[in-house]
Amino acid sequence: MAITGPLAIDVEDMGFRYPGNPDVSFSKLNLKVAKGERFGLFGPNGAGKTTLISLMTGLLTADEGHIKLLGQEVGRQNNAVNKLFGFVPQDFSFYQELSPVENLQFFGAWSGLDKKTIKQRTNELLVILGLDEVRNKPVEKFSGGMKRRVNLAIGVIHKPAVIFLDEPTVGVDVQTRHAIIDYLLELNKGGTTLIYTSHQLSEAEDLCRQVALIDNGKIIAQDSLDKLMADHKQESLEQMFLNLTGKDLRNDV
Amino acid sequence: MFKLKATIIKDVRILLRDKVGISLMFVMPIILVVVVTSIQNSTFQLVNKNRLPIVINNNDTGQASKQLIAAINKIGMFKVSQVSGDQSEKQMTDAMHQKDATLGVIIPANFSVKVSAKSKSIAGKALKSFGLEGDSVKHEAGDIDPLTVYYNPILQESIRLSVQGAIRSALQLVESRETLRSLYFSINEKQLPEKLENEMLNNKTAINEIPVSKDGTRTTPNATQHNVPAWTIFAMFFIIMSLGGSVVREKVSGSFIRLKTLPTNYMVGLLSKQIVYLLVTMLQAAVIFSIGIWLFPFFGLPALNLPADISALVIVTIVCGWCAVSYAICVGVFADTQEQANGFGAVSIVILACVGGLMVPSFAMQGFFKSAADISPMHWCLQAYYTLFLEGGKLKDVVNNIIPLFIITLVFQFVTFIGLKRKNLI
Repeated sequence: MAITGPLAIDVEDMGFRYPGNPDVSFSKLNLKVAKGERFGLFGPNGAGKTTLISLMTGLLTADEGHIKLLGQEVGRQNNAVNKLFGFVPQDFSFYQELSPVENLQFFGAWSGLDKKTIKQRTNELLVILGLDEVRNKPVEKFSGGMKRRVNLAIGVIHKPAVIFLDEPTVGVDVQTRHAIIDYLLELNKGGTTLIYTSHQLSEAEDLCRQVALIDNGKIIAQDSLDKLMADHKQESLEQMFLNLTGKDLRNDV
Repeated sequence: MFKLKATIIKDVRILLRDKVGISLMFVMPIILVVVVTSIQNSTFQLVNKNRLPIVINNNDTGQASKQLIAAINKIGMFKVSQVSGDQSEKQMTDAMHQKDATLGVIIPANFSVKVSAKSKSIAGKALKSFGLEGDSVKHEAGDIDPLTVYYNPILQESIRLSVQGAIRSALQLVESRETLRSLYFSINEKQLPEKLENEMLNNKTAINEIPVSKDGTRTTPNATQHNVPAWTIFAMFFIIMSLGGSVVREKVSGSFIRLKTLPTNYMVGLLSKQIVYLLVTMLQAAVIFSIGIWLFPFFGLPALNLPADISALVIVTIVCGWCAVSYAICVGVFADTQEQANGFGAVSIVILACVGGLMVPSFAMQGFFKSAADISPMHWCLQAYYTLFLEGGKLKDVVNNIIPLFIITLVFQFVTFIGLKRKNLI
């Protein structure tokens, strides 16, 4: 699969190994994601999805090779790169004692926004994500779905060019899932690159144009969703997933 | 600057919603300072103003035992009540319980006879040594039967030793009087005139107790002046229960992962925590001092007198507070769970308080513990506060305490930095 346009992500000959834990490691890994793409990264538990996202966001540092985000080298606490992307981790990554507004005020400031922009973006996001009515209530009282929406709002407050989404819809109801997916598709229409991981393969079919399957630290397939399913003669992503990664249960310790 | 301001606002909001943390930082130390000061004040009063109830069972019929009881009464430390008859240990214990007494004394039968015999014997020996021969030299007295003192085990060692000293002093007076009378009689063959006897025995050298202060004032220290500064320091270090836990919570919760991906260094977060919690320690000191000044008199406790050099007090409080904050953050960075931070934090604060002289004065410590006090930040805080509160010192007098405290604080900051680096948190 050849990408001709500008790249959002460029991982080249990347090697990484956790000290003392050889189970998850990458060697000479290559991955390219075009700017403006909706990219899904899938794999069984322990395949290395979260590790790869951590490397792409600078939470971990590659031992060899390089990772570039919009042409800039990713490194730990690289403020220039950190301004370019937003991260929506799987865990609720905010202060539960605070309200959505208070969380957005704080994370907006840390994202490099000024007071006026924070206020404007906070109002926009709370309306779009259906949190306006509870804007001043502490998040700890929210349902799982509402917390997911807060988690997403914080990750996109600074209108990043690339958004990393690690299972952004886990544990939410159908309505919330649709709201989140619709909003992400809306962002993508505006040119935002989405890098997405999930176990919800049906959801990936709605959201992703390009997918990569990862297992044991290796990318075992990468292409557009339609082409991959056609090449592997499968009718669904789930069947293709099982076909490529097997039916053995995986442990992720 | 905007990021720091936003972080400070966030930390203040979280702190204000942490009801348990606030009560641990403010309510608990306030209760502690009031309770400890009241208890210590009542101990002061027990010895100095209130009298220790004592039951005396006098089995003797002579004059010496009556003089002994009068002497014990005259000390002014005891509230004497007497029981008669030959008392067994059980009866004596019952009598103490009935009269709510913490002490009981049994004066043995023939006490006066034996004191008199002993005195005559000593007088005789004295005359012989002067080259004179008196009747009393013929007396060879045996030992006087001991006084038996019962005490309630709740009495502290220090109080018991004071009691023993007081009774011994009364006993000494009685024995000296008898010896003097015998000596006088042997030489003059007539009774010692009462006026002379009183002059000889009562005209003791007075002891003037003067507190030595650096500013020349003569304010007598009391339980409030001792306890309020000490427990203020304890309160400041007790913020570890909130701050240490807050650092761990942020570290183990997902929020930290997100913070690491944002274009802001986590040091901004730590700086904010230091500023917010330093203000908390200042507020703790202000609240506890205010209670000492205005509320203590309502509890019947002596009011707190602030030092004359208020600027020195503020500086010492800032340095103490900063040290406490640095220690709490250091523990928070190294702890993996909130339970670890709280458990280690609480125990370590109590140990540092013990070693630092908050519970036992440093000057009373021996060997290893005396040296260990030097590495306890609380020791230096306490010394600085005592210099200001008890000795009337000024800023120049506490510089020697502030410098080690400052060095210890820098060590905590450095260790925190190493911990953050090692754990890939910065």
